[in-house]
Amino acid sequence: MIGNFVGVLFDGIAYGSLLFLISVGLSVTMGMMNFINLAHGAFAMVGGYVCVTLLQKMGLPFLATLPLAFLAAAVIGLVLERTLYRQLYQATHLDQVLFSIGLTFMAVAGATFLFGPTQQPVNLPDWLRGQVHVLGLDLGSYRLFLIGVVILITLGLYLLIERTRFGAQIRASVDNQTAAAGLGINVSRVFSLTFALGSGLAGLGGGLGIDVLGLDPSFPVKYMVYFLLVVAVGGAGSIKGPLIAALILGVFDVAGKYYVPEVGAFVIYTLMVVLLILFPFGLVRRKA
Amino acid sequence: MNAYSSSALKAKGAAGAQENQPLTAMDKSALRLPNDRWKPLEIVFWLLPVASYFLFPDYLVLVSQIMIVGLFALSLDLILGYAGIVSLGHAAFFGLGAYTAGLLSVHGWGEPISGLFAAAIVAGIVGFIVSFLVVRGQDLARLMVTLGIGLMLFEAANKAAFITGGVDGLSGMSMDKLFGVFEFDLFGKTAFWYSFAVLFILFVGLRRLVNSPFGLSLRGIREGGRRMPAIGANVDRRLVAVFTIGAAVAGVAGALLAQTTQFVGLDVLGFPRSADLMIMVVLGGTGRLYGALIGAAVFMAAQDKISNLDPAYWQFYLGLLLVLIVLFARGGILGGAEKIIARFKRKEAA
Repeated sequence: MIGNFVGVLFDGIAYGSLLFLISVGLSVTMGMMNFINLAHGAFAMVGGYVCVTLLQKMGLPFLATLPLAFLAAAVIGLVLERTLYRQLYQATHLDQVLFSIGLTFMAVAGATFLFGPTQQPVNLPDWLRGQVHVLGLDLGSYRLFLIGVVILITLGLYLLIERTRFGAQIRASVDNQTAAAGLGINVSRVFSLTFALGSGLAGLGGGLGIDVLGLDPSFPVKYMVYFLLVVAVGGAGSIKGPLIAALILGVFDVAGKYYVPEVGAFVIYTLMVVLLILFPFGLVRRKA
Repeated sequence: MNAYSSSALKAKGAAGAQENQPLTAMDKSALRLPNDRWKPLEIVFWLLPVASYFLFPDYLVLVSQIMIVGLFALSLDLILGYAGIVSLGHAAFFGLGAYTAGLLSVHGWGEPISGLFAAAIVAGIVGFIVSFLVVRGQDLARLMVTLGIGLMLFEAANKAAFITGGVDGLSGMSMDKLFGVFEFDLFGKTAFWYSFAVLFILFVGLRRLVNSPFGLSLRGIREGGRRMPAIGANVDRRLVAVFTIGAAVAGVAGALLAQTTQFVGLDVLGFPRSADLMIMVVLGGTGRLYGALIGAAVFMAAQDKISNLDPAYWQFYLGLLLVLIVLFARGGILGGAEKIIARFKRKEAA
């Protein structure tokens, strides 16, 4: 019973850290540019498809495909930000929602056209399969690996944002764009790079998540609500908020599906509505 | 957004600043409520579906569907176009209405008109409750709450298969004759006139509503919600009211679909229905009522033609269309038409 509980908790944390990895970019861009980007899942999907293609067609090892998934999503994010997204920073939220739904639809149709409507299989290397025996518990190796990667990336992000010059520029731009620009920060360049970084992290998450979330063309729509949820519950513009929110949501979702499967996804939606009622501006509120 | 409202606000501002200057006739007309008289073009518009009944008898079912979805789009235009609430879960109320009418009929209450009222009441009550959550937050929270409620209801209907039929849908509906006289026939003639009548009656009501002081205050909230309390408008209460009305109208549209097709599928609650609906309203032009109807007609006609070829292409072009509308054609079809007409008028004046 207790072993069960720990297992569910462990799976939930793995799931939550994956959600965090994909959503953190969305949180920062949403907080910084006040842009509601429903197409964020599409960048994760790009990463996933890059991984699968490189694994199957080119025979690259799994670990080597991950940086490329990051890179591909980041480049696409950078190009789209420079050409399309930046035209809509001043637009109404409705326009932003419509624009990003449009992008999502195009990505879904494009993925169907290129890769077909079926689920993509992923062949993990042997050392990531099976279970690891830790302290009398059987833990999935892949999920352990996932948690490890996310911890490393979170630490890296923390150092980047809290300790580097670029991080200070990001924080300044989130807090007050006008003042940041007045101090000589090239805000539009910070926006572009942050958007690319966020998209890249989503792509990395998409690649890492194939084994957990699955990968088919409906991915951006299916998980859109989860990514938005992490940001809306956690509070846009921070890293801590989405981390807490992603872990809570991950654990509750896995626990809900394990203990009360007949209720299904209901648990997570109820939790979301309750959290949004209690914290209409998110758990951690950064921007006034 | 709306040519009328901005000119009226400007006129008001000018009148307030320079009270000594005499108002011209045009300024005075701008200060009054909008002219409620029906324009000839509107009458022609409403004769179109009537004409289509006689000219295209093969498309009766499609036109009926367009009218039902048009009514649904009107309900979203009310809360999105007029009140400025971004909702991604409006299908929740459509689905509630559809299941209410469907379940009533399956359990022996096949009288259509009372079914519509029941659907409106159920959807309206749920809309009223949800509206308090919607009013609380900003755009992102509103979006999430509406999306979440929509997904919750979808899951609920999916899991409660013993009531709703789940994925297989709710079948076995049997409708009584309309007014005890007109049977719902196989060709959809009764369904056509029934949908047309309900759409028209509700449209007249909504048209009156948006041209009333209440409707004007909604536009005020959309354009600048923070200033409205300063002139004594209770913003939250008005948003609750309009959201409830929008939900009830969506419920009626859902009930119409259920009654005329005598089937309720799980897709009435799905996210794609909410997203498509939003596209229709934006395509036609928000905040105009007619925009919602024209958007629904164009969308459904195009879907009928294109998605038969390949659903994936349809989705791609839909996405492209959305991106293009947002980047180049804000205001949709009617917004574009208004711009062209304005250009012509300016040329004539010059």
